[in-house]
Parts: sequence; structure tokens; C-alpha cells
Amino acid sequence: MSDTGEGLLRRRAFLAAGALVVNFSLRGNARAQLSGGGEGSGGPAVVDPKLIGDLKTSPLLDSWIRIDGAGHVTVFTGKVELGQGIRTALIQVAAEELDIAPGTIELVTADTARTPDEGLTAGSHSMQDSGRAIQNAAANVLALLKREAARRWGVAADSLSTNGQGEILSGDARKLSYGSLAEALSLHVDAVPGVPLRDPGTYRTMGRSLPRVDILAKLTGGASYVQDMRLPGMLHARVIRGPSYGTRLATIDIEAVARLPGVVKVVRSGQFLAVVAEQEWTAIAAMRKLQASDFSRTATPIPSGTSREIMKALPTREIVILDTTDAVAPAVASVKANYSRPWLHHGSIGPSCAVAKYQDGIMTVWSHSQGIFDVRRVVADLCELPIEQVHGIHAPGSGCYGQNGADDVAADAALVAKAMPGRPIRLQWMREQEQGWEPLGPGMVTDVEASLDANHRIVAWNYAVWSNPHNNRPVGAGGVIAGGEVVPPHPVPEGKPIPMPEGDGSRNSNPLYVLPNVHVRYHFAKDMPVRVSALRSLGAHLNVFSIESTFDELAKAAGVDPLAMRLSHMQDERARAVMQTAADRFGWAHRRKGDGYRGCGMGFARYKNIGAYCAVVLEVEVDADAGRIRVHRVVAAVDSGTVVSPDGIRNQIEGAVLQSLSWTMTEQARFDALHRRSFDWSAYPIHRFEDVPGSVEVHIVERPGLPFLGTAEAGQGPTAAALANAFADATGCRLRDMPLSAEKVRAVLAARDRA
Amino acid sequence: MAIKLHVNGQDRIVRSDPSTPLLYVLRNDLELNGAKYGCGLGQCGACTVQVDGNAAFSCLTPIALLEGKSIRTVEGLGTAAHPGVVQRAFELEQAAQCGYCIAGMIMRAQALLDREPDPSDAEIRAHMQPNLCRCGTHMRILRAIRRASEMLKAMPASKKGATDERHG
Amino acid sequence: MSMRLVRPGGGRRVIWLGLVVLLLGVLVAYAATWRPAIEPVARPLPSAFTAAQVERGSALASLGSCAVCHTSEQGATFAGSRALPTPFGTIYTTNITPDVRTGIGAWSREAFHRAMKVGVSRDGHHLYPALPYVHFTHATDEDLDALYAYFMTRRAIEATAPANRLIPPLGFRPLLAGWKLLFLRQTPFEPDPTRSAAWNRGAYLVDGLGHCAACHSPLDLIGGEKRGVAFAGGEAEGWTAPPLDATNPRAGTWSVNALHDYLRGGIEPHHSVAAGPMGPVTHELSQVPDADVSAIAVYVASLMNPSEGVEHAVDAVDRAVPAAAAHPRGAAIFAGACAGCHEPGAPMGHEGRPLLSTATTVLANSPDNALQAMFSGIRSPEDGRTPYMPSFRDTLTDDQAAQLAAYIRLRFTNLPEWNGLRTAASRARAEAN
Repeated sequence: MSDTGEGLLRRRAFLAAGALVVNFSLRGNARAQLSGGGEGSGGPAVVDPKLIGDLKTSPLLDSWIRIDGAGHVTVFTGKVELGQGIRTALIQVAAEELDIAPGTIELVTADTARTPDEGLTAGSHSMQDSGRAIQNAAANVLALLKREAARRWGVAADSLSTNGQGEILSGDARKLSYGSLAEALSLHVDAVPGVPLRDPGTYRTMGRSLPRVDILAKLTGGASYVQDMRLPGMLHARVIRGPSYGTRLATIDIEAVARLPGVVKVVRSGQFLAVVAEQEWTAIAAMRKLQASDFSRTATPIPSGTSREIMKALPTREIVILDTTDAVAPAVASVKANYSRPWLHHGSIGPSCAVAKYQDGIMTVWSHSQGIFDVRRVVADLCELPIEQVHGIHAPGSGCYGQNGADDVAADAALVAKAMPGRPIRLQWMREQEQGWEPLGPGMVTDVEASLDANHRIVAWNYAVWSNPHNNRPVGAGGVIAGGEVVPPHPVPEGKPIPMPEGDGSRNSNPLYVLPNVHVRYHFAKDMPVRVSALRSLGAHLNVFSIESTFDELAKAAGVDPLAMRLSHMQDERARAVMQTAADRFGWAHRRKGDGYRGCGMGFARYKNIGAYCAVVLEVEVDADAGRIRVHRVVAAVDSGTVVSPDGIRNQIEGAVLQSLSWTMTEQARFDALHRRSFDWSAYPIHRFEDVPGSVEVHIVERPGLPFLGTAEAGQGPTAAALANAFADATGCRLRDMPLSAEKVRAVLAARDRA
Repeated sequence: MAIKLHVNGQDRIVRSDPSTPLLYVLRNDLELNGAKYGCGLGQCGACTVQVDGNAAFSCLTPIALLEGKSIRTVEGLGTAAHPGVVQRAFELEQAAQCGYCIAGMIMRAQALLDREPDPSDAEIRAHMQPNLCRCGTHMRILRAIRRASEMLKAMPASKKGATDERHG
Repeated sequence: MSMRLVRPGGGRRVIWLGLVVLLLGVLVAYAATWRPAIEPVARPLPSAFTAAQVERGSALASLGSCAVCHTSEQGATFAGSRALPTPFGTIYTTNITPDVRTGIGAWSREAFHRAMKVGVSRDGHHLYPALPYVHFTHATDEDLDALYAYFMTRRAIEATAPANRLIPPLGFRPLLAGWKLLFLRQTPFEPDPTRSAAWNRGAYLVDGLGHCAACHSPLDLIGGEKRGVAFAGGEAEGWTAPPLDATNPRAGTWSVNALHDYLRGGIEPHHSVAAGPMGPVTHELSQVPDADVSAIAVYVASLMNPSEGVEHAVDAVDRAVPAAAAHPRGAAIFAGACAGCHEPGAPMGHEGRPLLSTATTVLANSPDNALQAMFSGIRSPEDGRTPYMPSFRDTLTDDQAAQLAAYIRLRFTNLPEWNGLRTAASRARAEAN
């Protein structure tokens, strides 16, 4: 870890008093990096802390890797493919350390009967948790193979080499295949720490952009998703609920619907209601009939107002994230600003789906949830089955970007399957059900006040963030909707904050810059007026938006270039390199000056201050009368440590940039007191082809040999900030409340023109 | 009720209610995975197929409308072993993240390239507007369509014909 | 003019006489309407205008929906180049940003006033009445000054519109001279002292900058508004613009509040979503002072419902069974293509979106707008404000659209069936966008 981290630690003062709860920030200690980013159950207990990644919790080598007599290699991971390319990346890691062709590897993703429990695939942890475990397990396996070959040949193990084709070679050209060696070995042994990894200089696979193993099937109609599953005797189910979380339908004429031709069963359990049919269209038509009813609210009314009004009215407890006291020069200028973002939908293109089958006492659930082992726990709890009799298997869905409806639908499907033993049940949510019932990304607000001395140095930094919990991942029946509908209902667990360094609402609330007199407070509100849970990057979206916008406002107050302002307060060399790279590739030094219509802006963050580094620079053009911000050019730079797939990283960052632009400029979940109003794409528009930038470039700052850093969520915060900063550069006006909508743009520019 | 549909160059008989949207017939009766359920409201395009060459939302097209019309899905453009031009271009550009929207994107792009083999970037963007991608793969999708257009221009005319004769 | 060939020699003389009279008529018209070029000026500085003027101009520009015509798809606002289909060919709108070379940056205040009041460009050429100067001519000088201030303080964009593509003789601008003589009445607005201030404001806006009659009145063969039947209904871009007078079949249900909500929000739950050209119009009206929208509502309500009758809501009709029996194919199409949004029980119903049984298009005497909605869909001018409807042009044949329309009419209304659906569908398709 950089010296900066240790320095900060020494200067930190801990407060412990009364209502305050102290958060520790343990730097450089992998144990503080919770599996799955601290979301969900977080995986099983640590067995051997000396091992790397999730080998700590699953040290047996054959939990991760098996080799059969023909040399076919199976790799097991508790992580899952979400569209982020992890399947291919993990195959590359395994192929590299075993020194075999990637095409010879079969990767099995989360399956409660076959793979390690690695908690959730979330928090950009997959490479750190699973990638490193597989890397080290593979190194262990290869070492065992070499040792066996050495024994057979009577030579020293370190005289042996591999040729990339699954063969061990002796110095005198003798050869043995992995398959023939593996037959004689048991891999049911614990990994040992310290087995050397391959020299990056000899890499054949890692660091190259392999075509993803799953894309071709998705382009040609191959069965790729849980939605594509077809099992013999499968029935189609639809769940019947009110329009959104916290509502219930009034009158329901179940008898009439049960008699409809093609309806096989109507499943009821307390308030839970589902209709099952042979044909999917029949199930949908029956669902519509049952839903043609008024609804009422079952929960407290949804409060009206802005994020600020709602969040500041909630009771909170204060968590101190950072508190430092330093002697400094007097302040000559200060910036005070409040920022906010609304509640956001995940907006998965494919509404959640699950397939479940209950047969001979065994419940099997196929789900696209990020936490298959938690799905198992939830289903066992909800269906009142011993956990050994529940089998959870991951099957991909569409991108989820956090906790969408996947877990709820898995539970719904299981409940229906339990009522219809022997028949596989495919339960699909409709679009409006996904929008209405999924947990949203929490609305949040921040208050920032910072001051500068006469030398343009920041001398004080006061930061407060208000948020609901982001981690409401179901770990028992109470966490899913059906759990509240059965009788007796399972209580909804209280949401808890995720401690730093991961954080949740607090994620990235602690600037990576070296700043004196830093006071960061997290106002944690456990009462949730709207159902919420994790949305990609969690609090980092608003926190980085706030910090980086403030930095630009400080730069403006000081008359200093925004890049220079950042560099002069940043000691982390990798952060500096990423900012400089993005700026250089953009042409920051000779960029167009803001002229009232066009402008440029930048944003930077290191995700969670322990993940990937990302800087984004972009250029906008503003049409004041239409209220439209057009993004012409985006240049991003990212440092992800050791790169497994360069194209995979670029894909993730491009995606993060476009997604964040849509969130930041356009998106806002809508409610009234009774229910959610943003029930379809018409009421919750997201960016389309006419909205995306003119161009997006991603430059990777390579760091061979350094640990993998999770990249999937690194782009969201910097992009949001870069947008606001570019808008301010272009127009001279600051927008601090997301979304930076057309209405707000028109209003702020009209006010500017009046003045 | 038996209804005859012409899908990917072949006549298929399906026994579904005439009001059944094509999407469910394709997926459940004909076991074709390409067209996907995204919204059922004509707002996202995940279900896009070609009907008589035009891009259409299969989620809003009951099979009652399709007698005598020619339906093409992504399976009719090519296979994993022999992908069609647009599919090949998407593969080369790695134009997918979760991939759920991609079959619909390919069909909408195919409809454009069928009638305008050399579209401008602005025309491509405008044409693709009805299809949503939530992962933010748009830049790659645009590049893939541009690349497909270039690949088509470079092909001899004899090879450009529809693949659905081979791959019904 | 009669051509009576009474006797040789004499007949030819009549023809020659007729041609001379015609030529003289054209010359007189031309002379009467000819205007000289106005010298270009240096582009005025923003400091030449007060903030209040600019703000007022902004509201007036929205009331006149200037941006709607003078902005192309994805183009910069006011930079023109939008293709306007007319019965006479395609006209491309001009750049009205203050660019000196390609816009109106060199136009003096007088030049701007003249263009708006008499339809003459700075350099003296006649403007096509696609610019509705027959209405703008009623605007006060003060309002025109405010508009001038607004346009002159916009961003200058360099853009030249493509050449117009009009039916050949109509490209000859001097012909417009005659048109103006027939249709341009340069009368200032006269308030009616027996009416409220709001009514008068509404009348001023509707008859002037709002130019509502340009779409909502019948036009004659040469594109002029027919006299005596103002607001009796018209058409625009393939959509029927319903009557704004008492001949509207639902006139009694359009209260001031309903009109206000529709105009301001683009949707009125007991009537319709603003479709076709009204979508962008209501989007513009959402940006003007609310009092102006109320004034327009007061005026239009007085036209529709002069006796101020009580609004009677239409009962929700749903005769699903007999409609399916009479139109089985239409019923099947509806169930597969429409029910996801329009069936009772569909999620849209919980969101205050108009039901088909109270929708203006379904209750109208003519099926044109219902068919146009099927073929063109409904776009929200600014995503998320108003509902979106996809287009079914590529999946419905004219026959299928006709069956569907017949089913919908029978199922959701108690009104007489629509006639000529097949022909109406062909016509709607031809004009669909």
C-alpha cells in the first residue's frame, strides 16, 4: 500500500462518545475487504487467513480445480457472469496459471452443490476474491503436477517446465500430460500459501483480449439465459400483486380465473398469489384479469418532495467516517454546496425470471441472482425446507447492476414449485412488476463545505452524507417480497450500514486526496420510505459527484486549473498517473475554453479508495433553449492493477460511462403517496442511441504484477462529476441536484440570462 | 387453432391462440431464443424481429397478423458455426455486455442494412433509437453496424443473399 | 373567366384580353405587395435588450411554438432545416438564430417586424405562408420587440436550409403576392370589452402568435383559411386537428380546467394524450406562464362551449363480448397488440393514462386520428413527460387496421360505427410519419 495510507492512519483521531459509532479503516489488510463488498451474507467463515482471496474460506484445491484423465480441466467459482465478462476472465486466469489453452477449461459458476460459497458477485470483488483464489489454486495444482512428474522422472521439480498445451516437460524433452499425472493425484488437499505465480513476462493468455466465451451464443440465438430454459413438463407462472411495493390489490376473483381454459392452478399462500398455465400467454392473460382491480397501500404513504426534503426528515444516527485535526494557514475563501441524487431504478432490460422444481423433497432453483448461496438460504427459510434439500444454480439473466428483482423472483418461483411438486415452474416478472417491486438505488444528499488558504491549498473539508442502507440483500425469507406475504409473515430485517473501507452510503465519502482537517459524517437513516438496495457503485455515484464538483468549485474560487488543483492535493502516484493520462489523451492543456455553450470537465475517483482508479474527462455542448446537454467526446483512463482482459476493462468502463450519463442527466424514479409511477420505459426514460456521446475512449494504465482491482463500478462517480463540471465550464452555472434534466438546464440558464 | 407461419425461410405450423404475440410463439412453440421479453409494450426492442424485412416488435405482433408474411429472427441470419455478416461484425467488435438486448439490436440493424447498405452514422443512430441497451454498449453496437456495412460493401454480390435458405 | 368561342377572330381576342387582364392582375398584386430590401445591420449586442424583454420574448416564442418548426431532428434550436410537408411540396424552415450570414443576425427590428406582420424577408422576397404571418400580423409591436430581443440573444448557429422542393409553379415567389392579397388581413387585435381580461388575453394569443386556426380551421385549395368557419377543424401532418368550436362532438366535456391541463401537461385523463403535432405544442406551452395557458383555455372553452354547459363525463364503456363476436379478428389483434397497454387491468390504467372509452380519438366522428395513432404512434417530445405509443405501421395492413378500429369503436363506445375504414386506413398510412 502507498505510504499515503499509512500516513493518514497515523494522523487520524478516533472519537468515541455517546451516539457516535466509530468506523475503522484498516488499510492493506485483506480481511477488511469483505467478500462481495460486504453485501449479503458475505460468504462462509475464514478457515485459513494465510491464504489468498477466497481460498481463505475454501482452502481445498479440488473445490476450485479438477482435472480428469483426459486432461479436461474444470474450474469452479462461486462468482457468476453478470455480463461483466467474469466467466472469460476467470478462465483466462486459470489457463494462465495452469499454462493451458483457455479452450480446454470448463468453468462452473455458482452452484450450491458444486462450487465454493464466495458470497455475492458484487462490489467489484470478483477478481480479488475469486480471481486470486483461482490463480493461487492453479499455481498450487501445477506445483503438485510438477512434483509428481519430478517424482516419476527422478529429477528436481524446478527443472521442469510447461509448454502451454497441458504438458509438463523435463529438461531432456520428456513429456507428461496433465491428465496422466492428475489421475495419480488427489487434489483434495489444502492450498499452501506462497506458491510462486507465473512471471507476467511469460504470459500467454492474461493481458490479452480474448473474445468472450459467451458472446457468440448470445448473437446467434443460443440458449444463454435463465429466460431460455426449457425443462420437460415446464409450466409458466405469473405472480399477482399490486402495482408496486407496499400495495395490494383489492378484490380478486380467483374462482373465475382458475376456471379459464389453460390455467392449471392458482397458487395462494397468505397474500402471495400466482397463476400457473401450460402456455405463457395464457398465464399473462389470466394475470391481467386478476389485476383488473383497484389497489390500496399497505405501508406508510411515500413522502413527497425532493431527495433533500425526504432524507433530511428521516431520523438518523451519525457515523464518523473520518475526523482529522491539523494546524493550517488561515482560510481566505470557502465553498459551500449541497448535492443530491434521486431514487434510481436498476432498469434491467430483461425483467427478473427464475425456474424452480420441487421433486422428491429436493427444491432446485435456477436464478440470475448475484448471491446464489443466499438464494438457497432464502428459499430454505421461505419454503420451510432443510437447507441441504435446496439446490441453487446460477443461470445468467440480463444485467442487474445490483439487487434487482432476481432474489424475489427466485423465491416466488420456489413457492409455486413447492405447491406443484414434479413440475418445473418458470416464473417471469412483467416489466411493470420489475419497475414496481424491485429495490431502487437510494436517493441521497450531501452537504459540503471546504475552504482554501492564500496559496490555493485546501485547509478544511467538511462533508456529510445522508442515506438509507444499500445492503438489503435477502439472506432469509424476510428479505424477499413473498416472505412478507405468506402467513405468518417474516419480518423485514433492519438494514445495516456496510462498514468502511467498503461503505455503502458512505462509499467513497472519504476523499483520496491528502487533505487537512477532514470531517466526514455519515447520517445513516434506517427507515426506508421506498424499498431500496444496492445499485452499482452504491454511494460512490453521489459522493464522487459531490467531492469532484466541490474540487472544481474550489479551483474556480482559487483561479486554478481543475487538474492542477487535483494534482496538488493528490499524493497517490497511481491516482496522479490516471488523471494525467486521461487529461493528456483528451488534450486538456489546450482544450477549448468554456464559451457559454461548450465546455470541458473532469472527474476522478479510486473506487472505495481500494479498487480501480478511474479518471473521466468529457466535452459537452449545451442547447439552452432545448435544455439539452450533448456529450461530444469522453476520454477515460483506468488503472485496474494486473489486467486480465484489456477489452473487458474497456467494455466495463465504456458501459459505466454511458450508464452514469443516463443516471446523472435523465433518470428519476417517480412516486406519489400510494405507489411508484415510473412503471415502464415511457415513465422512466433512459438514454437511447440519440443520447449517447459522439465518442468514448478508454485508456488502460498497465500495472503488471500488481493485484487485480475491481473495475466494474469505477466509472460511475467520475463520469457524473465530469458531466457537472463540464456543464459548469460551458455555462458558468452549477447544477448540483441530479438528474441534470432539460427542465433544470433551461431554468438555470434562463436565470443566468436574466441576471 | 393451427396457424401457418413462415419463419426463417420455412413454413411452421403452430397451435396457439391467434392473439398470441409472435414473441411467445417464437420462444415457446418454435424454441427460438433470440427474440426476448423486455417489456411487452413496444418500448425496449429486445423482442425485435423482421417481418417482411421491416423491424417489428414481436411482443406486440399477434400471430393473427402474420399470415402470408415472412418472419426472420436472429437464428435466420446465421449460426455460431456460420454467423451472418452482422453477427460476425458484432462478434469482432465484442459488442455485448450482458447481451440481452443484442439479438434485437442485430435484427433492427439488419432491417436498416437490407434497405440502406451504406448508412451514415446519424442514420444508424436514428434508426436504432427504438432499441434500449442498459449496459451502455451503444458505442460498440454502432461500430459493429458500421463494420457490418463495410463488410457488406466488400462482399461480392452473389454472397450477400439472405441466409435463411440455409439456416431456416 | 368564360371563354366563349362565339366566332373566329372574336374568340381569339377574348383569350388575349383574358390573358392581359390576368397579367395586369398579377402585376397589380405584385405592386401592391412589393417591399424593398431593408439594409442589413450590425448584429445587435445583447446589452441592447433588457432582461425583461428577453424573458417575455422567450414566453412568446414558446406560445408561438417557433422552435417546433425552426428546429430539425437533432438539430440546434432555431437553426432551421426542418422539412415541412405541405400539399404544395416540401418547405425547409429557415435559420432564425442571430447568425449574420445564414440566420437573421443582420436583420433590423423593422425587418423582423415586417417578416412577422406581412411575410416579407429582409431582402424583400415573399415568405411562404408556412410561416403563419396571417396570424402573427395581429401581434402587438411590443410583443414583436420582445421576440426580436429573444431571438437576437440566442446562440448564433451557422446553418443553411436545403432548397425547398415545391410543385414547380409554386416556387415562383411573386405568386405569393396574390395569395397575400386574398388572405392577409393586417388588423391589430381588438379586445372585446364585454369579455374578461383572461378571455381577451386568450383571444389575442390564439388568433395571433398561437396561430391555432392554421391547423384547426379548414383550408381551401390554395392553403388559405376558409372564411366563416374558423376553428371548425382542419388537419396537420396526417392528423385531424379537431374543431375548437361547438361542432366538436365532445365540446361539452372540454371545461377550462380540462383544456388547461391538456395544453400544459400534454395529457388529459378523460380525453387524450397530445398526439402528432400537438405533442411539441404542449411541450412548448409547458414552459410559458401558467396564466397564459389558462387564458388560452378560457378562450377556447368559450368557442367550444359558449353556453358554459356543465361538463358531463362520458361513462366508461366496455362491451368486450359483443365486440369480439362482431369483429373476431379485430379482437384477436387487440388482445395481442394493444391489450398490454389498453386492456382494463393493464398497468397503464393505474397511472391516470386515458382509457380508450374516453379517448377523443375513439369518440371522434372520423376514425382518422385513431388510425394515425396506430400508424405513427405517439412520441413524447421530452422523454418521460407524456406516454409513448409505438407505431404499428409495419405490422398492420390497412385491412387489419380497419378491423382493429371497428372492434375498438364497437367495444369502447356507444356511438355509430365508423364508415370507410379501409380507405381511411390507406389515407392515414400515406401520411404517417
